[in-house]
Amino acid sequence: MSSDLVTKLPLPEETLMAEPKSNIERPLSPHLQIYRPMLTMTMSIVHRMTGAALYFGTLLLVWWLVALATGPDYFAYVQNIAGSFIGRLVLFGYTWALVHHAIGGLRHLIWDTGRGFDLNAIEWFARANLVGSIVITVALWAIGYSVL
Amino acid sequence: MSFKTPLGSVRGLGSAKSGSEHFWRQRLTSVANVPLVILFVIIVISSLGKGYGEVASLIGSPLVAIIFLALIISAVYHMYLGMQVIIEDYVHGEGVKIAAIIVNTFFSAVIGIAAVFAILKLSFGG
Repeated sequence: MSSDLVTKLPLPEETLMAEPKSNIERPLSPHLQIYRPMLTMTMSIVHRMTGAALYFGTLLLVWWLVALATGPDYFAYVQNIAGSFIGRLVLFGYTWALVHHAIGGLRHLIWDTGRGFDLNAIEWFARANLVGSIVITVALWAIGYSVL
Repeated sequence: MSFKTPLGSVRGLGSAKSGSEHFWRQRLTSVANVPLVILFVIIVISSLGKGYGEVASLIGSPLVAIIFLALIISAVYHMYLGMQVIIEDYVHGEGVKIAAIIVNTFFSAVIGIAAVFAILKLSFGG
């Protein structure tokens, strides 16, 4: 009886010198997919996504500027691409990303002052961010088409 | 409870040894971007439907060129800082992370230099 028990117990040095068990399934902190999607959380994720999109969007602005500095022929070529259906679609998305990121950024600047952290305020910010970005983007394009 | 004095806490400037500089510059450029982007949108809309000569002289005119230069410098620095945070959040391998941060720096620098060159050429080169 006693010999059976001894073989099953780990030796003291084994427990002390134990290898770090990296393959053990430890509980992880809950990640995004655990939570019910909420508007505030979605706007937070979209703020980062629009930021990343604008990062590459700057490439389009610089392409346009370099084309303008290159000469009339190359500028006409780039203007044609920008004016195509796909081009306008990308530029519409670019406008929306810019407006959304700007409103989201203003919200962050308000938070930086320590204000606007109560539940009503953050919910209002999230809605204003979504609705405001769509309204302003459509308005800008309406102005753009009226100028053309 | 910390026995450190406030000065002692900030002297080391944290593990990155840069304190709150990254955060502060992100905010500073974001504040600058607000009026600059509004002016940028107005300029772009007013350039719509215009021919090459008109657009080139508009962007090259002193006031517009200064606004564009300020926007490019502020926006490129802002996007450089932002992408660095994204990389640090999601790229965990030390080697890949450093490589990504180097690529981010080079990409931002090339973008900024190209835009500044184009604006200056439109202003001075004709």
